[in-house]
Amino acid sequence: MTTPVLEARDVTMRFGGLTAVRSVDFTVNSGEIVGLIGPNGAGKTTFFNCLTGLYVPTEGTVSYQGKVLPPKPHMVTQAGIARTFQNIRLFANMTVLENVLVGRHTRTKEGLWSALLRGPGFRKAEKESEAKAMELLEFIGLAAKRDHLARNLPYGEQRKLEIARALASEPGLLLLDEPTAGMNPQETRATEELVFAIRDKGIAVLVIEHDMRFIFNLCDRVAVLVQGEKLVEGTSDVVQADDRVVAAYLGEPFEGAPGTAEAAEVEAAEAAADAESADAESAADTGSTEADSTTKGEAQ
Amino acid sequence: MTDTTTISPAATERGPVPLPLSLARLLVVVGAVGTIASAFLSWTWTSDFPGDLTVYGYPAGLQILALVGGVLTLLFGLTLWDVKWLRWLNPADATSPVFLTALSAFAVCWFTGIAIAVDLGGLVNLDPGAYVAMAASALPVAGALALPHPAPGTGIRGYLTKPQLPAPTKVSALTERVIITVGVALALLAFTYGIGIDNDASETFIGYLLLLVFAAWGLMHTGLVDRFATTAAHHKGFASALAFVAAVVFPFTQNDDHNANVGVNILIFATVALGLNIVVGLTGLLDLGYVAFLGVGAYAAALVSGSEYSRFSGVHFPFWAAALTGMAASLVFGVLIGAPTLRLRGDYLAIVTLGFGEIFRITVNNLDGTSGPNITRGPNGITQIPDLNIFGFNLGDSHDVLGHSLGRFANYLFLMLIVTAIVVLVFTRAADSRIGRSWIAIREDETAATAMGINGFRVKLIAFALGASLAGLAGTVMAHVNYSVNPQPYQFAGAAPPNSAFLLAAVVLGGMGTVSGPLLGASVLYLVPEKLQFLQNYELFAFGVALILLMRFRPEGIIANRRRQLEFHETGQLDVPAQETLSDDAAVTKAGA
Repeated sequence: MTTPVLEARDVTMRFGGLTAVRSVDFTVNSGEIVGLIGPNGAGKTTFFNCLTGLYVPTEGTVSYQGKVLPPKPHMVTQAGIARTFQNIRLFANMTVLENVLVGRHTRTKEGLWSALLRGPGFRKAEKESEAKAMELLEFIGLAAKRDHLARNLPYGEQRKLEIARALASEPGLLLLDEPTAGMNPQETRATEELVFAIRDKGIAVLVIEHDMRFIFNLCDRVAVLVQGEKLVEGTSDVVQADDRVVAAYLGEPFEGAPGTAEAAEVEAAEAAADAESADAESAADTGSTEADSTTKGEAQ
Repeated sequence: MTDTTTISPAATERGPVPLPLSLARLLVVVGAVGTIASAFLSWTWTSDFPGDLTVYGYPAGLQILALVGGVLTLLFGLTLWDVKWLRWLNPADATSPVFLTALSAFAVCWFTGIAIAVDLGGLVNLDPGAYVAMAASALPVAGALALPHPAPGTGIRGYLTKPQLPAPTKVSALTERVIITVGVALALLAFTYGIGIDNDASETFIGYLLLLVFAAWGLMHTGLVDRFATTAAHHKGFASALAFVAAVVFPFTQNDDHNANVGVNILIFATVALGLNIVVGLTGLLDLGYVAFLGVGAYAAALVSGSEYSRFSGVHFPFWAAALTGMAASLVFGVLIGAPTLRLRGDYLAIVTLGFGEIFRITVNNLDGTSGPNITRGPNGITQIPDLNIFGFNLGDSHDVLGHSLGRFANYLFLMLIVTAIVVLVFTRAADSRIGRSWIAIREDETAATAMGINGFRVKLIAFALGASLAGLAGTVMAHVNYSVNPQPYQFAGAAPPNSAFLLAAVVLGGMGTVSGPLLGASVLYLVPEKLQFLQNYELFAFGVALILLMRFRPEGIIANRRRQLEFHETGQLDVPAQETLSDDAAVTKAGA
């Protein structure tokens, strides 16, 4: 059941003097949904790019199903890892169907010659690809829009299409980079359903996300990345309970911060101030009523 | 057509000329008839002016163009009266086609008048006919400006922007085929007329261009051009077969082999442009040294042609072997250049290809026996390339076919037509396949494409090599057509095609990613310098101005690819169902939320 699909060992990524990712060990098991969270600039996307071969890690290895991945994006996809992008990167001027067909590139092999000669093999492969692509479009619910240009789709559907395009390469592991960014709550919930459905197909999923509710609802396991280092990893309860995670997001109390004594003092002072202001208010109230009555009396 | 409502004149804004509506319509028609009549009068007293406009009752040169402009204006003028059998001409009931066709006749007549006065030295050279033409052609323009404004509140721009068009009515498949046939015949007619204009009669050619631009613009505003394009796309095989037939018919319409020569050169130029379209239009790689591949093919063919000036003068390959040699040489050259350069993106690639293009020309110039080994005979080139002999059919001799004598260039025109057909087939088939989709994906977003498992370098190299070998194929024919090859034409920019800048311009001007675009662009770019020889040194300047104007007003090229059109005109939702606008609104609100 828990065979590791993806294993990152000691991955370090340096850009010149800046270490964006520092010796991160990370595993995704088959049939698992794993979340990767962390404050902005924690190195999540850099780590993602190391996994998908867009960056070559300075140190460490990434292996997929026991085999070390070559550091080339197209070979990583060939091996069985597909991804989406944080800012949608669809082929804007291609139709919805064509976008998914491009995703099938690694699973077909018709070259230039078969395209020029158009033999029966070519037609069969094209038909099969189209059938598979339509199946995926039905799965995400965009079958009716197959001939629309990708650029004309509404935002949420573009996100979905990007997922369909990634699924077209028949991956064993799907990497989603902020799949709900910019979505409203309904769309986020729909995406949640979609990710569960993808998991049910037997595809492991790794999600980067800032939406904590989404992450904790969805993931079997969550890893927290802070300043390039993995801080905690565990179930949602473990991560949520961890003080260091809260500190990473909200900031830690600094040295010489107000202690309990000072806090109590402040509270007392506040209470006193409240009481005073309450007195003043009531005094003002009575004063004004008196004034009212006098003006009324004069008028009478 | 049936559901269009006629514009009620009271409610809409009127044009800038204050005239009653009925009078405006009358002006258009009367002016059009006057223009037609004026074509039968004498416009000047001497035949010194090109085209001989002196004869009464017999229109010639620019008068024929004025006549055509007048007839078009009359037809569109009559649509204003709801003439039943003309409804299809102007289904939107728009003002702008009337205005634009009126402008075409006006432009031709006034250009002629001014040209006569300037050429012959004074207004005294104008005969009454010219005054009649100028006055009559001005009336429809004034009349059209008094008609209801096409887009109220937009001023003069409203006349130049395309009106909203009703959805076209369905017609039977047979009617569609008739429409295609008529369209292709008209195109052949227009092309034949243009190519037939005497090289010295630049005035006539300018008039021809004026008429063509305004008339095409007007037709575009009626939606007829769009309808023709969709109809032709519907019957793709029929339309392309018909276009091929039209091209085959062309030499039979010519008495002089010179025009066939022009035709061959246009076809060579167009074929190379189509090959470049794979690289630039589909894959999005800006190649500024593409003409070198044409040169490689031409030189390879020249070396194995059996010419006594060839380094291997004993070698005489049959045509099929020579064509394969040319293609293979270009392919190898393409891979050699592509392998190191295609790792670069964008501007860097453009600069490196520009450099390699120049390296080819300079190398060929220096392989003359003094600066280097003698292979190409340097600037002298390889001359006296013998004519091709295919299956015992010597392309150099004239042959009588169907009672019409076809000269040397007509023979080569037929050969080139077959080559062009092959290249068109390769282009369309490659574009619509797994490999073509990966090219377009690379053009759209290379990072995303590689993340989808496309080996960017490999796929780009295939595009580069395919484009190169198609250019090489055209080059083999070119070597034989021109009897000789020399390094001079294979430069980056020059006053006459083919050179890399003109090839690229043919693709961009015609429309990137389409088949008919580069063919049309190449024809325009070849014919215009050929016919307007008075421009001479200003040719490149005029070319630059024309390109700037095109990029301002029609950045997607003359023939727009569906994708490109949407890219450049965000609002033009041409190809999507009606529900699209709804979901677009939703996208805006969601993105904003």
